[in-house]
Amino acid sequence: MIQHHIEACAKVPDLKEILILGYYLAAELAQFVSEMIQKYNVNIRYLQEFTALGTAGGMYHFRDQIRSGNPEGFFVLNGDVCADFPLEDILEYNRSKIAAGSSPLITVMATETTRQQALNYGCIVMDQLSGHITHYVEKPSTFVSTLVNCGVYFCSPELFQTMATVFNMKQSNFYNEHCYSGSNDPINKDSEAIQLEQDVMMPLAGTGRAFVFPTARWWSQVKSAGAAVYANRQYLQLYRKTHPERLAKNTDAVIIGDVHIHPTAVVDRTAVLGPNVSIGAEATIGPGVRLRDTLVLASASVGEHSLVAHSIVGRSVRIGSWARVEGTPCDPNPNKPFAKMDNLPLFNNDGRLNPSITILGCSVKVPSEVILLNSIVLPNKELTRSFKYEIIL
Amino acid sequence: MKALILVGGYGTRLRPLTLSRPKPLVEFANKPMLMHQIEALVEAGVREVVLAVSYRAEQMEKELTEECRKLGVKLVFSHETEPLGTAGPLALAKDILTTSDSPFFVLNSDIICEFPFKELVQFHRDHGKEGTIVVTKVEEPSKIQLRPMSIEKEVFPFMAGDGQLYAMELQGFWMDVGQPRDFLTGMCMYLTSMRQKSSPLLYDGPGTVGNVLVDPSARIGKGCRIGPNVTIGPDVTVEDGVCIKRSTLLAGATVRSHSWLSGCIVGWRSVVGRWVRMENTTVLGEDVIVKDEIYINGGQVLPHKSIASSVPDPQIIM
Repeated sequence: MIQHHIEACAKVPDLKEILILGYYLAAELAQFVSEMIQKYNVNIRYLQEFTALGTAGGMYHFRDQIRSGNPEGFFVLNGDVCADFPLEDILEYNRSKIAAGSSPLITVMATETTRQQALNYGCIVMDQLSGHITHYVEKPSTFVSTLVNCGVYFCSPELFQTMATVFNMKQSNFYNEHCYSGSNDPINKDSEAIQLEQDVMMPLAGTGRAFVFPTARWWSQVKSAGAAVYANRQYLQLYRKTHPERLAKNTDAVIIGDVHIHPTAVVDRTAVLGPNVSIGAEATIGPGVRLRDTLVLASASVGEHSLVAHSIVGRSVRIGSWARVEGTPCDPNPNKPFAKMDNLPLFNNDGRLNPSITILGCSVKVPSEVILLNSIVLPNKELTRSFKYEIIL
Repeated sequence: MKALILVGGYGTRLRPLTLSRPKPLVEFANKPMLMHQIEALVEAGVREVVLAVSYRAEQMEKELTEECRKLGVKLVFSHETEPLGTAGPLALAKDILTTSDSPFFVLNSDIICEFPFKELVQFHRDHGKEGTIVVTKVEEPSKIQLRPMSIEKEVFPFMAGDGQLYAMELQGFWMDVGQPRDFLTGMCMYLTSMRQKSSPLLYDGPGTVGNVLVDPSARIGKGCRIGPNVTIGPDVTVEDGVCIKRSTLLAGATVRSHSWLSGCIVGWRSVVGRWVRMENTTVLGEDVIVKDEIYINGGQVLPHKSIASSVPDPQIIM
């Protein structure tokens, strides 16, 4: 998923380095990072947080690494969003504000959403004339604005001073509470956690040093697996403009709409793929297979005459013949302007699974002739029958 | 000898098929249900069959008369103004049945079995009493519901009380095929019995699994897997890469490529699209169109409908 972020960053002229911050073990990402360095010819380092530090805690912790080389500023991109990232435009916008005499600490990419959905995001009130953030509320309980934070920022190195203030304040608060409560817990990991949204942006609102970059380009959160199918559709659509060579042609199989087939995948010529299908490396798609709105990950195989729709087929999954693997799309309502995806919880109020895409974990085996409908199958399961609306543990 | 076949009733249990054709004319194993019985009766020496009908007599007369002429059996229609149950038509047909002294057969039209008419006559003559009833063991006797004005309730108990009713136990299978699920079960039994008799009519083309009956005019594509327990009617088209199990495709139906059918009855001239999955006693009426990539689970689809979105749970589609 973050390869898209890396690709967007690598396109920015004079970008010096990409830092990936996370709580995953460094070993898990080592191969990916070295592949990305080769592919995009850019410096990339992974910095592992010792504990989950919140959206800004990690940045503050690694402030020296980020500041090294004295950059003009740095982009911050949340890993769980996908977008047609307008990074160069944000940079341009930021520079224009400096040229106009402002000294922005942070510029936030923002997008319009519906009144109802805005409540799930960080809502921004913007001064139309200056572009200042005048008010910021994270996930408000009542309506504040339809302009929401996209989790994409351009920051000045000076922002670390603001963070230092927040950090010191939190530390001293913690120290005081800690002494009074007489707790013996020597380290409180929360004390170093800083939320960029609540702890940094909210105080900066109204100071004239936080700016908004509104964009009408495509943007979405990817918080649930269902969002991945939607994000895939949008990225493929983007490829049509930016990288048409990545889209499959009718010579490979019968292609409908936007389809990406990895060069090492084997797809039978009688298969019918699309729209919105991505086939991973070394995957095998058999004769007469029908795929629609689906991601087939590396080394997976789909047997002849099977249909897979609105699903994610994990790595090394095996699907038999005449099987049907189907989910329910959870794309944004196309009839509502600015509508985003609803990230529904997994279960509804009755404790039943909400209809969503079907997900097959890695190395799952699906026998011939069964149907899997709106289900989630955990890795390495060998199924022997049909399932509907179930999580198979 | 004569026989009375009770074909009254509206065949509501076999809807949506009976919305297009009276139940006795619905093809069971590629032959109208009634013809299974008439042929067996003719075999046993019956020369006159009385059909107790209450509705759609004209259609039955039109379609059956020619068939019966070929078999050399006379067909008489005894019209009920309304469905009279089972004993009523018997009374109505009294004059026709009593023109000679020889015994006569009475049978319900919606059962399928290896009709043992010759043995039945022999058995009846041997005991010399009023009636003989053919009996079989069923798993759930309570499933069988009798109507209040029926021969089973009004006549048989008295005959039995007078020592005038004998029972002959049926050898082999028996099935009331009056509703879709049992229609398919009965078909499985019927095909199995054809196999036991090594019937040359069973199909043995490429990709056949188990007992399959295919009309010679049907076309089956490449890479299909047909069977077990499938009946394919005249002028049916099955395209390439189709898998069909435990199903009946009626005349003129089409199943397009890559589809998977199990436990289905596909009505006359219906078209099932590509990558369709239908299961769990799905019944398509006449001339239904199921669009590509649809899933139907236990749907009963009325004639002339077009299905453009999946039916994930059993229901009637009007």
